[in-house]
Amino acid sequence: MNNVQVLQNVEENFQTFRILDEKGEVVNQDAMPDVTDEQLQELMRRMVYTRIWDQRAISLNRQGRLGFYAPVAGQEATMIGTQYALDKQDWILPGYRDIPQLVFHGLPLYQAFLFSRGHVAGNRIPEDVNVLMPQIIIGAQIIQTAGVAMGLKRNGNTNVAITYTGDGGSSQGDFYEGLNFAGAFKSPAIFVVQNNRFAISTPVEKQTAAKTIAQKAVAAGINGIQVDGMDVLAVLAATQQARKDALDGTPTLIEALTYRYGPHTLAGDDPTRYRTKELDTEYQEKDPLVRFRLFLEGKKLWSEDMENEVIEQAKADVKEAISLADKEPKQKVSDFINNMYETLPSNLKEQLEEYTAKESK
Amino acid sequence: MAQMTMIQAITDAMRVEMKRDEKVLLFGEDVGKNGGVFRATEGLQDEFGEDRVFDTPLAESGIGGLAIGLGLTGFRPIMEVQFFGFVFEVFDSIAAQMARMRYRSGGAYSQPVTIRSPFGGGVKTPELHADSLEGLMAQTPGLKVVIPSTPYDAKGLLIAAIRDNDPVVFLEHMKLYRSFRGEVPEGEYTIELGKADVKREGTDVSIITYGAMVHTSLKAAEELEKENINVEVIDLMTVSPLDIDTIVESVKKTGRAIVVQEAQRQAGIAANVVTEIQERAILHLEAPVLRVTAPDTVFAFAQGEDAWLPDHKDVVAKVKEVINF
Repeated sequence: MNNVQVLQNVEENFQTFRILDEKGEVVNQDAMPDVTDEQLQELMRRMVYTRIWDQRAISLNRQGRLGFYAPVAGQEATMIGTQYALDKQDWILPGYRDIPQLVFHGLPLYQAFLFSRGHVAGNRIPEDVNVLMPQIIIGAQIIQTAGVAMGLKRNGNTNVAITYTGDGGSSQGDFYEGLNFAGAFKSPAIFVVQNNRFAISTPVEKQTAAKTIAQKAVAAGINGIQVDGMDVLAVLAATQQARKDALDGTPTLIEALTYRYGPHTLAGDDPTRYRTKELDTEYQEKDPLVRFRLFLEGKKLWSEDMENEVIEQAKADVKEAISLADKEPKQKVSDFINNMYETLPSNLKEQLEEYTAKESK
Repeated sequence: MAQMTMIQAITDAMRVEMKRDEKVLLFGEDVGKNGGVFRATEGLQDEFGEDRVFDTPLAESGIGGLAIGLGLTGFRPIMEVQFFGFVFEVFDSIAAQMARMRYRSGGAYSQPVTIRSPFGGGVKTPELHADSLEGLMAQTPGLKVVIPSTPYDAKGLLIAAIRDNDPVVFLEHMKLYRSFRGEVPEGEYTIELGKADVKREGTDVSIITYGAMVHTSLKAAEELEKENINVEVIDLMTVSPLDIDTIVESVKKTGRAIVVQEAQRQAGIAANVVTEIQERAILHLEAPVLRVTAPDTVFAFAQGEDAWLPDHKDVVAKVKEVINF
């Protein structure tokens, strides 16, 4: 029996990729992405902007002015850093928490709010914005990403498709199928797992016996990176590398180690039922904004004034977006009917008449 | 005009469309070198290259995701589900994703996808190959569901399905693949989706049916003719959406109808047809509208299939019931 060759549960044989430590000190100068000072400031602006907007969204939800919302605080570095590595023509296939990536890729904020409210106008993606609507089915976007990536390659574009899911999403069959298809067809795809430790309440330790999620790339024959998802520079560098490799024919699975400070969504989830205060504190000490602020201040690239300016901008933008969202005409059943097919079949034609008559009363 | 089997007509339809539109791609399990397990894609990889006719890894859900992504990036995918019993593996992609894409995006995105798949009883397959699952598909808003019964119809309907800018489920009855030949024009022609075809005109009773049961019903009609019962046979061809006008017009003429389907009885296409008739033509009816269906069990084991599937005798008996009501 001793001669049986067994591949043991693969041990983590790579370190979590980091550039900044929690104090904002550079620990990996060689891996520093090639970015200008202005770009560094822009990354900070986007993270601050996102955190403020997230806070506003939560309070608007509590006032009944927004609907379904999945808070993002804690995950800003992963969301902002991955999107910042993209070309405008790259495609994003998001989960429902990935609203910041969509907004920075070009989806107007008021449309994100309309999505939250459950209005189709939020999903009517502008023609020059290459994103899909937020996916509700966990993992469905992963297999679609393999398809979009193949399409981009066939069209001769030098663009990639990137998708996002959580640690829970990595347990879905579609996760494996998506990675495997993209690998087999050498499609330019990037798969990001935002490992925030909990799929609603289920801890990542209960999702898998694998030591890391990143190592799941190995079985699909694609590249894998485990990155500190609270370090925006590391996330940016990792995604830039993944993008380059994707265009060269090798997809990458990026596992970003992160944390959501808030509840799963605002629909009654209570994280104190499944997370300890100690764990919350542990991650708050790794906060992506704190460390990047320290880093920038060390380079004299950030000031309180700059921060305040972004905060005011975010608040003003949210206000404007809400007022735009309020102006959107109410949805009608006749609109729903008209959106079903290019040409309405007979049954829906009949139903359209019925609802149009009702609506004109 | 060429004489073709239904499977030859299906291959021909794909060849015509691949030649006409370079955005048409064809993929699935074993569709390339092997030409499909029924040879529906025979020769197409040689003709159009591995780039446009290709094998995928063995994962139906992944095939669905591929079709969605390609549909979003300007292609016109024809995806094959090797046997329709495997559709449960790709149900999310078809029913929850493709079917809703236009609606969810308020018309920003569409899914010009054709989902081809063999199904149907009478050929003694292992389980989950032959099941009639069209009812599940027909209940999904956003899809169209097509089931041809002749080579001519198969080609015209498949070309229309491929050109359609919404997802179409195109189901091919295995027993009809090679059971007979029919005249099929060369080149392109389409048959409008959502339209039924009167396969036999009659005055006494209407049989509304589709797929292999069209032939079962035509055989029954011939027998009934000997007893001076003149039967009209309507082939739905598209089971979703239904061609209600053709159905109702026929029933108003004959005053009697039965609906024949190979699928189980509960909540299927036949139930829908019966409902439409009673809502729109009840005062024209001389008898209740009855159904011939399989029983509400899981699809039969191969050795018990013949007894389980409806046959022409069942149809004859049911027609007599409505005649003698």
